[in-house]
Amino acid sequence: MIGKTRVAPALLFVVAAIAACGKKPETAPAPEPPPVNQDSIDAARARADSIAAAEAARRDSIAKAQAEAERLRAEHQAALAALTAPIYFEYDSDALSDQASAALDAKLGVLNANPDTRIRIAGNTDERGSDEYNLALGQRRAAQAKRYLTQRGIEDSRIDIISYGEERPAADGHDESAWSQNRRDEFEITSGGQQLKAAR
Amino acid sequence: MSLRIWAAAAAIFTVAAIPAHAQDTTGQRGVRIGLTYTPGTKPGVVVLPVDGPGGDSVRAIIARDLDFGDRIEVIDGSGVSQTSSGDGAVSYGIWKSLGAAALVQVTLMPSLARVAVHDVTAKKIAQSRDFPIAADVGSAQWRMDVHGISDEIERWITGVQGIARTRILYVKGGRVYVVDSDGYGERAVTSSGTAMAPTWHPDGHHIAYSQLGTRGWNIEVLDLAGGGARPVTATAGGLNTTPAFSPDGQWLVYAHGAENGTDLYAVPAFTGGAARRITLGRGTDNVSPTFSPDGRRIAFTSGRSGHPEVYTADFDGSNMELLTPFNFGDQNYRSNPDWSPDGRSIVFQSQLDGLFQIMTINLRDRSIKQLTSEGANEDPSWAPDGRHVVFTSTRTGVKQLFVLDTESGRSRQLTHSSGSRLSAWSRYLGRAP
Repeated sequence: MIGKTRVAPALLFVVAAIAACGKKPETAPAPEPPPVNQDSIDAARARADSIAAAEAARRDSIAKAQAEAERLRAEHQAALAALTAPIYFEYDSDALSDQASAALDAKLGVLNANPDTRIRIAGNTDERGSDEYNLALGQRRAAQAKRYLTQRGIEDSRIDIISYGEERPAADGHDESAWSQNRRDEFEITSGGQQLKAAR
Repeated sequence: MSLRIWAAAAAIFTVAAIPAHAQDTTGQRGVRIGLTYTPGTKPGVVVLPVDGPGGDSVRAIIARDLDFGDRIEVIDGSGVSQTSSGDGAVSYGIWKSLGAAALVQVTLMPSLARVAVHDVTAKKIAQSRDFPIAADVGSAQWRMDVHGISDEIERWITGVQGIARTRILYVKGGRVYVVDSDGYGERAVTSSGTAMAPTWHPDGHHIAYSQLGTRGWNIEVLDLAGGGARPVTATAGGLNTTPAFSPDGQWLVYAHGAENGTDLYAVPAFTGGAARRITLGRGTDNVSPTFSPDGRRIAFTSGRSGHPEVYTADFDGSNMELLTPFNFGDQNYRSNPDWSPDGRSIVFQSQLDGLFQIMTINLRDRSIKQLTSEGANEDPSWAPDGRHVVFTSTRTGVKQLFVLDTESGRSRQLTHSSGSRLSAWSRYLGRAP
C-alpha cells in the first residue's frame, strides 16, 4: 500500500524532468518592426511547429511514463496479492494441501524476484481446540509454510514466524464456514515491499 | 438472606459476651471440635448478626464463604424472633429447633475480630479466637482477613480448612485479572497487550503468564505486591507459553516452540538462565504442564499420537506414559491437565460431540468421571482443597468462569463480565504483612 502511493508520483516527476531537459528553452518572440516578409512568417510558423512538436513529445513521454507507472503498479499489485494470499488448513492439521502448496509456489516466485523482501508468516487456528494448544498448532502451521519456502532456496533469515492461535480470527461465527477461514497462515511483508517485481 | 430482617433480629437478640481471652478449646489448631450433627450430612450453621462498622458485610461474607465451601449448610436465621432470656445467654434451644449444630458469633473491635463458635447441642462455646482484621472496612486486605476467618471457622466445624482466602487468575480482553474466591475484588494486573495462560507461584504473590510481543510470545513474571513485569524467557521470537511453577517454587516449566514443534523446557524460576529441555516431541506440540504435588512428575498435553492427549512424565522427561486412553482413529481431543493438590487425580478437558467437557481421571485405577455437560467447558484448575474446580464455561452463552464442587455437583458463576477464561486457582493465601 505504501509502495503504490509513493512510487508512482516519484516516477512521474523523474520522467517529466527528463522530458523537460530535451526541450529547447523558449523565449518570447522579440517585437519585429514592420514590414513583414515571407521569411519571417515561415520562421514563425516553423518555430510554432517546433513548439507544438515539443509539446506533443512531452505529452507522449508523460503518457508513456504513466503507462509504465501503471504497468509497474499492476505488477506490484499482482506480486503483492500472490505473496500475501492466506493459505488454509484442515482441522488440527499443519499438512499443506495441493492448493496451499500452489499458493506457496507463487510466493516462492515473488520472493525469488525480490531478494530484498522479508516476510512474517502468522499461523492461526479455529476456535475449537484448546486455547493453549492452539498457540502451538498455529506455530506449527507457520513453521510448515516457512519450511516449504526455505527448502526451495529462500534464505532462512528472510522469514519470521509467529502464532496467534485462535486469538485473531479472520471470520466471526461458530460454524465450519467461519472455522475454515480461520485455519490459516497469513503472510505479511516486513520490509522490501515498496515495488515488488513479478515472479520469475 | 435478608440483612434487614437480620438487623431487626439482632436488635432483640442478646448474645452472650465472649470471654475476653477465650481458650482454644481444641488445644491445637486444625483439630475438629466434635460438634454433634448427623454424619454424612452437612452441619447446619447460623452466622449471627455482627455489630459495628462493616458488621453486616462481615456476617454476609462469612455466611457466603461457608456456603461456597459446600461442607456446611448455612441456615438463614432471619425469621427468628428471639427474646432475651434476661441474663445475656444464648438461647440454644431455638437454634437447635432450626437444625443448627453451631452458631458463629463475631464481635468487632479495633483491628480485631473476636470469633466464637457455639456448639448448640452442648450449649457452650466450643472454640474461639481473636483474628487481626484490617481497619479499612471493605478494602482488599479487610476482605481477605474476613475470608481467613471463614476458612478457620470451617476448619473448626468440619475439620477441613475452607478455600475462601484464595484468589483466581484469569484472562479477559488480553489482560490478566485476579478476583477473590467469592467473585469480588476483581482487578486487572496487566495493563495492556495480549496475555495468556496465567499461573501462580506457590508463594501466592508472584504470577507468570505468556505475553504477545512483536516477534512472538514470552513468559513474564509479575509480583502482585508491586514492581514491574520481568521477562523470563530469553528467546527473542517464537512461542513461549503455558508456564507452571514447581511446587517448591524453584523452577518454571513452559512450552517453547520455534520451527520444529513445541516442547517443554525448565528454567530457574527467578534467576533465569539456560533452559533445560524436558520433552522430545519430534515436531509435535507439547504444552500445558502441571506438577504433581511432590514435584517429581508432570502432566501435559501432547499431540505426539496424532491428536492431543494427556501424558505424564518425570520432571526430567523420562518415564513418559499416556494417561488418557484413546481409540485409534477417533478424533478425540484431551488437554489442559491440572494435577489435584492431593495427588490422586488429574482434571482435564475432553471433547465430546465437538464440545469440551471437564473430567477427572483417578491416577490409581484410571477411572474417568465426567463433571460437566452443559455448554462447552474448558481449562479446569483445582482449588487448594482438591474438591472445587474453576473452569471456563459457555453455559450462559458467553465465556464465564464457574466453580464446581466435584463432590456434590453444585456449581456457581464466579465472573460476570463476558470473555473470562484461562483461570488458575491460587494456593491458600497467607495474610499479607
